[in-house]
Amino acid sequence: MHILICGGTGCKASESSDIKEKLNYFLNEYDLEDEIQVVLTGCFGFCEKGPIVKILPDNTFYIEVKPSDAEDIVKEHIIKGRPVHRLLYKNPKNDFKVTSATNIDFYKKQIRIALRNCGFINPENIEEYIGRDGYQALGKCLTELTRTQVINEVKESGLRGRGGGGFPTGLKWEITRNVEADQKYVVCNADEGDPGAFMDRSILEGDPHSVIEAMAICGYCIGSDSGLVYIRAEYPLAIERLKTAIKQAEEYGLLGEDILGTGFNFKIELRYGAGAFVCGEETALIHSMEGLRGEPTVKPPFPSVSGYRGKPTNVNNVETFANIPVIINKGASWFNKIGTEKSKGTKVFALAGKINNVGLIEVPMGTTLREVIYDIGGGIKDGKGFKSVQTGGPSGGCLTKKFLDTPIDYENLIAAGSMMGSGGMIVMDEDDCMVSIAKFYLEFTLEESCGKCSPCRIGNKRLHEILCKITEGKGELEDIDRLKMLSDVIKDTSLCGLGQSSPNPVLSTILNFEDEYLAHVNDGKCPAGQCKSLMRYDIIEELCTGCTLCFRNCPVGAITGERRVPHYIDQSICIKCGVCFEKCKFNAITLT
Amino acid sequence: MSKITSLADLRRIKEEVQSKIKLRENSDNPEQVVQVKVGMATCGIASGAREIMKYFVEELEQQAVDAVVTQTGCMGYCYAEPTVEIILPHKAPVVFGFVTKTKAEEIIDTYIKKGKLIDGIIPITYKTIDE
Repeated sequence: MHILICGGTGCKASESSDIKEKLNYFLNEYDLEDEIQVVLTGCFGFCEKGPIVKILPDNTFYIEVKPSDAEDIVKEHIIKGRPVHRLLYKNPKNDFKVTSATNIDFYKKQIRIALRNCGFINPENIEEYIGRDGYQALGKCLTELTRTQVINEVKESGLRGRGGGGFPTGLKWEITRNVEADQKYVVCNADEGDPGAFMDRSILEGDPHSVIEAMAICGYCIGSDSGLVYIRAEYPLAIERLKTAIKQAEEYGLLGEDILGTGFNFKIELRYGAGAFVCGEETALIHSMEGLRGEPTVKPPFPSVSGYRGKPTNVNNVETFANIPVIINKGASWFNKIGTEKSKGTKVFALAGKINNVGLIEVPMGTTLREVIYDIGGGIKDGKGFKSVQTGGPSGGCLTKKFLDTPIDYENLIAAGSMMGSGGMIVMDEDDCMVSIAKFYLEFTLEESCGKCSPCRIGNKRLHEILCKITEGKGELEDIDRLKMLSDVIKDTSLCGLGQSSPNPVLSTILNFEDEYLAHVNDGKCPAGQCKSLMRYDIIEELCTGCTLCFRNCPVGAITGERRVPHYIDQSICIKCGVCFEKCKFNAITLT
Repeated sequence: MSKITSLADLRRIKEEVQSKIKLRENSDNPEQVVQVKVGMATCGIASGAREIMKYFVEELEQQAVDAVVTQTGCMGYCYAEPTVEIILPHKAPVVFGFVTKTKAEEIIDTYIKKGKLIDGIIPITYKTIDE
């Protein structure tokens, strides 16, 4: 028998270590310590009701356990075999007490569809993939279903592009199929570029065959025998695994000519990108694959009509493809039951930033941000307060507390002033300065702008300059209006998605955190204490003993003074590194 | 490996692979195989999963524990890398996080050999498509 106690940060803060001690104490008292082990585990993902205690093997799930409950758990449950009723989880729908963890509705908030094999199979062994229904969907499509039937299944599933745009996948396939041409291409967009995002990389590293299988299915539907994966060269492991997978699929006859004796041919090649953000845009991606500059061109013509080498090309994202085999195997009606009205299925998010459980998660569409951040993510690091969550990468926006209960789907995120994007989710706490965050994202777009159209190339540069001015404390009230006006112009006049969305971080931070902008501009203060130019270290003469510690540690020699005489910081030399503040033993240095 | 030339072939291989795994899981032989899966995506490798995998391979061989050590992709618990999943015969899989060499030693000595759980388990918090 085992007793598992949640040792996640949230539960630890509410005394889970004490519970462990108490349990051990009582087990010891009844001479049970050899038979029953008390084990501290990671987060159960149900932090709202923590601390959680789970008893194995009967899987009893206790919530909100206090150290004082330890005695009852041992005496009642362990010795007499009766669950302690008052600690059981009550189903909010019908008030029934739930004994087993498997019956708790929202204990497991994640559903793994795209990630179904990640962390489960050995990605370098095709047999493990086949053992998990791998290539069955391709077999089914080639032998039992017509092209139209497959496309209809994908359409009916409601699957939408997971790269960020959210275009219906089935419709895209249909459009490409309906164009007459002697050659068509299937392209997998693995040019994942959002800061902090690693969904596609993980899928390719953990389950490359699911993407290969889906590309072949797509090839069958649109009438193409040639697939290309556009992947950034900075993903060496993903490239390696993908190459191994393609080779194995060829050896097994699941790629190549006359696949499964059906006469269908399909091959896959890799194309490497140099890691330019703009190449995630379809047309720029295609130009880059052709060996040209990675610059976008005006749509139409859409790639579905004229793409790679002027031929109809179907471009889908890695995660979109990873969903396809499951849709074919389990059926559209299984898939479209998951999610919200307009957004079906699940979405993979890369959870990063000031959050306890940084990681890769997959939740059904319609899950709220609160569930993602607090229940799955385990809350904010170091017990700090939540400030904002950034979704959609440099094209998205920062959402505040008031959106925490917004169900995540394509429409809701856009309505909230952000977007789904490819799935990066960066959590910020109260110590983050929102003006600096906007500046950070703008620096990224500035660097990644291809320079083809002037609103993006010059406009973003100007936006960045204004933001720098504000963070240096030289901003004026008019600058905020300038930012808004310029942002609108850039959005309206840029050629591609990168430019059209690049001002979003600026606009959404102004919208949601205008007070912070005003504090920078009007009071010359950074409320989060991040903008160095707005900080000032001073020595309080009455407290300074003249120990010379700060003087000796200052890296730029900004502190002057003699032994046993109060020191002085020369503000014109000070670089605000904070060393003096940390070193001073007498709290004689203030930060304002 | 000869090429798979029909859907029937593919299904046969699937059955074969599945029964192979089943055999591994359900065998009555007391010295059954312990399965060790090490999360070897970029996140895992960056936190030292390679050394941990090497350690498991070497130690289990040296201590003559009948085990299969394989690599797998990202389990999603990037904050707790390196992560290692252990499947003991007849038992549900258990995932350990923050596995250092010391922890790996403890896992082998206490969990794999004696079947006693130790601190540091990560509970599985997701549903699979089969559920």
